[in-house]
Amino acid sequence: MGLTSPPAPRVVTHDPESQESWITTRLDFLVNWSRANSLWPMPFGTACCAIEFMATAASGFDLARFGMERMSFSPRQADVLICAGRVPFKLAPVIRRIWQQMPQPKWCISMGACASSGGMFDNYAVVQGIDTIIPVDVYVPGCPPRPEGLMYGIMMLQEKVKREKMADAALRNEMETDPASGLHIPPQAIDELSEPFGNSVHQTRSGL
Amino acid sequence: MPHRGGPANPAADALRGRFGSAVQQVDVVWGETSVYVDGNRVLEIARWLHDDPGQRYDYLSDVTAVEYRDPEQPLEVVWHLRSLPYRRFLRLKAKLIKGTPLEVDSVWPVYKGADWLERECYDMFGVTFRGHPDLRRILMWEQYREGYPLRKDFPLRGRFSRAEQLRQALAANPEARYSMEELTIAQAFEDLPEAMRQRLASGEKTGE
Repeated sequence: MGLTSPPAPRVVTHDPESQESWITTRLDFLVNWSRANSLWPMPFGTACCAIEFMATAASGFDLARFGMERMSFSPRQADVLICAGRVPFKLAPVIRRIWQQMPQPKWCISMGACASSGGMFDNYAVVQGIDTIIPVDVYVPGCPPRPEGLMYGIMMLQEKVKREKMADAALRNEMETDPASGLHIPPQAIDELSEPFGNSVHQTRSGL
Repeated sequence: MPHRGGPANPAADALRGRFGSAVQQVDVVWGETSVYVDGNRVLEIARWLHDDPGQRYDYLSDVTAVEYRDPEQPLEVVWHLRSLPYRRFLRLKAKLIKGTPLEVDSVWPVYKGADWLERECYDMFGVTFRGHPDLRRILMWEQYREGYPLRKDFPLRGRFSRAEQLRQALAANPEARYSMEELTIAQAFEDLPEAMRQRLASGEKTGE
């Protein structure tokens, strides 16, 4: 597929300069290994990506191989928010609320072009990438992505989970929103993320 | 079947005979009849079409509007009527001159199904339906302030910056979806959860 092969499994090394002891690094390894292999997804399916997500979860591709045996339709028992499909502005407060209801540790996969960037829907109704609402760990491109693509993204997330350190408390910081605007990144950043690109620049060629 | 011309729906002549000058024009396109009528008499005409034993247009399948690219063309409101007993289809149209208040009669007193159709038309085109019981936005959220998205003067990406759009969307309370008007199915009131009943009984407004 022209993709680079996933990085080799991390070898846990002991760095005497750091404050970490052999015990904590081994504990990190154990905790991360168990977390990475028991991620419970919270499916937030809004469009055709959700169909592909269901195909991934079904027996043909069998997401359960990755420890995602149980779809957690309640955010309070979920580890990964998988946003599959476009998110209109009307759903923005909903996905924000779901993310806030999920307990730490939590991760987010943005599945497909629309969730990641607004995709072809560069219009008045659609959020231009869910990273303007909530933090995203892995973006899976595609329209919609094939199940292999989603699984590749999930394996990338597992790699990310395996590199986490318990000592790094910043990983578990809750998203902080600006109390006045409710945004978690500056408005300029949102405008820049939402800039049109590609064919979308010329969409008003009729001159109207 | 000719593109234009051919036998018109008998309702067209009947309407001419009964309402005279309120019927402005009759078009037959691909065998379907469109009758242009006076927007101020739509309710009266719809009531007659519904009740008259020779017409019996008992099903309103759509209410929508059309805005043409040429700015001097009037905006048209379109009603699709179907007579199930006679198996006939009739399209009513009313022209609304731009620059004047875009208002027509609501056909809700005749066809209760017009409720949401007219709300959608109001939401997307800003056409006011006189006599509608609860004319609010239906697709866009109630706090939406950017205008009417399907109008030709509406920019495709909306009027506000993306950050401002997101700020306004996130300010919405995802749980405040029901207004007392929406719950005029008053029987449902007793079945609501206690918290929601208290909230509604205190007269809390959900929109603003």
